[in-house]
Amino acid sequence: MTPRATFPHKFLPYLLLAPQLAITLVFFYWPASQAVRQSLFREDPFGLRSTFVGLANFKHVLSQPNYINSLEVTVVFSVLTTLISMGAALLLAVMAEKVVRGRGLYRTLMIWPYAVAPAIAGMLWLFMFNPSFGTLAFPLRWLGLNWDPLLNSGQAMVLLIAAAAWKQVSYNFLFFVAGLQSIPKSLLEAASIDGAGEARRFWTITFPLLAPTTFFLLVVNSVYALFDTFGIIDAVTGGGPGRATETLVYKVYKDGFVNLILGDSAAESVILMAIVIALTAVQFRYIERKVHYG
Amino acid sequence: MISTSISNRVIAHALLILGVVIVAFPIYYVFVASTHSLTEILSPPLPLLPGNQFLHNYYEAIFGGVQRIGGVSATRLLFNTTVVGLCVAIGKIVISILSAYAIVFFRFPFRMTFFWMIFITLMLPVEVRILPTYKVMVQLHLIDTFGGLILPLIASATATLLFRQFFMTIPAELVEAARVDGAGPWRFFFDILLPLSKTNIAALFVILFIYGWTQYLWPLLITNSNDMNTIIIGLKKMISFADADTQWHLVMVTCILAILPPILVVVLMQRWFVKGLVESEK
Repeated sequence: MTPRATFPHKFLPYLLLAPQLAITLVFFYWPASQAVRQSLFREDPFGLRSTFVGLANFKHVLSQPNYINSLEVTVVFSVLTTLISMGAALLLAVMAEKVVRGRGLYRTLMIWPYAVAPAIAGMLWLFMFNPSFGTLAFPLRWLGLNWDPLLNSGQAMVLLIAAAAWKQVSYNFLFFVAGLQSIPKSLLEAASIDGAGEARRFWTITFPLLAPTTFFLLVVNSVYALFDTFGIIDAVTGGGPGRATETLVYKVYKDGFVNLILGDSAAESVILMAIVIALTAVQFRYIERKVHYG
Repeated sequence: MISTSISNRVIAHALLILGVVIVAFPIYYVFVASTHSLTEILSPPLPLLPGNQFLHNYYEAIFGGVQRIGGVSATRLLFNTTVVGLCVAIGKIVISILSAYAIVFFRFPFRMTFFWMIFITLMLPVEVRILPTYKVMVQLHLIDTFGGLILPLIASATATLLFRQFFMTIPAELVEAARVDGAGPWRFFFDILLPLSKTNIAALFVILFIYGWTQYLWPLLITNSNDMNTIIIGLKKMISFADADTQWHLVMVTCILAILPPILVVVLMQRWFVKGLVESEK
């Protein structure tokens, strides 16, 4: 990179940065440091005194069956949501590449869920499938299924995954379409001339060349499933029935605001922070390989 | 060009139509429900075509119905959410374009430290620091205020990164030429940089408006009074699946009011939206 032409000013750049920095310090760094601090202390029930307890809060949290349960719930929920929404989006994007007419229309109709808030996505699915008057719950009953996602934990999970995956399909679809368009057509033509059929062309050329897009989406979708789905869970199940759909994020919220176990909640926050840092690090290792600054 | 056989194309269309139906159906279903009477909603299956209660339901919901069951009027909810969406989008763009400008076009001590400080906020989403951030808001008396709803959301590492990346593609000659002609930093910013960034700003605006409009966890924590709720929180409070008295037809109308504005923004500004989405994440 050649040295840039710049403006010689002493104070102006600090002034320009001030609003952003003020907000990050007050609303990001200060609370985050408080979370770390609090995770090392334990408050007495009246909130009058707090004692330093080292890593005891972490030990306590990690030894709770409830926490292990929410860890399992999170893994199941995130993995299935990611796989289903990415799989469906990839299939639709590949199909959209094949058609000539109507491509724009399909795209326009496909991006709607992106604009729907996760909480509302959850409500929409619960409207359709709610046991008392959901229109789509009836065929399930008719098939002999004892459908009640508000009481049956497996069914609650299925409904949440459907809503979460539905909401994320638009996003994945747009990225897969962009990824498919960047694959050189000459490669596919050459393979076609050599006699490779459609399936073969997809698995040996298209799919490997899509790897950067797929990998990027894997990270983004994991972050989405971990954090942005809070609204879906809160609107549909509230973590229940029992604790069947209580994810890590939902547990932090519940322990902090409902059960008021502050030390545990803080420790859970710090564990989540570690997960995000790991995911972001993975994401940016990948970006560093791809983006070149001139 | 590889020609796709007709049968393949038919299969492709069939799958796409199936996909579109699944993707669009939940939204259509709620719209249909919002045009039927309460009794019809409660006696499934719901007809697949809109009913004749459209004007009645929407009139009732907007003029008093939502107020009666939610404790706050639909217009107030829409107003709050619009303010939050617009302020979050504009605020993020303003503070990010200023910070990116400082980082790319000036040289000063701790420049990279500041850059990393902004960058690292990517790793601290609201969800991992819920409780302490809430305490800060209480100490600053920001509970139940627009300031509280908006301020913590307008720091943006992503927008700063995007503007930085774009500014770095601006040729050095342009800056030199401007300086030779006697333009100061503000003149350069307003007369050259801002017009060049128009596309990026439009694209970011769409994404950030949606981001602000669809917030859930933060407004849930920061608003106690019904009057300060966003429409999504208001909607959540109106619904109780255990309660037989829920006025479902009004809930459905509120649901449509909550998803229509962002859908319109995405569909009407589709070109900017797709560009912004795919490029801001690179």
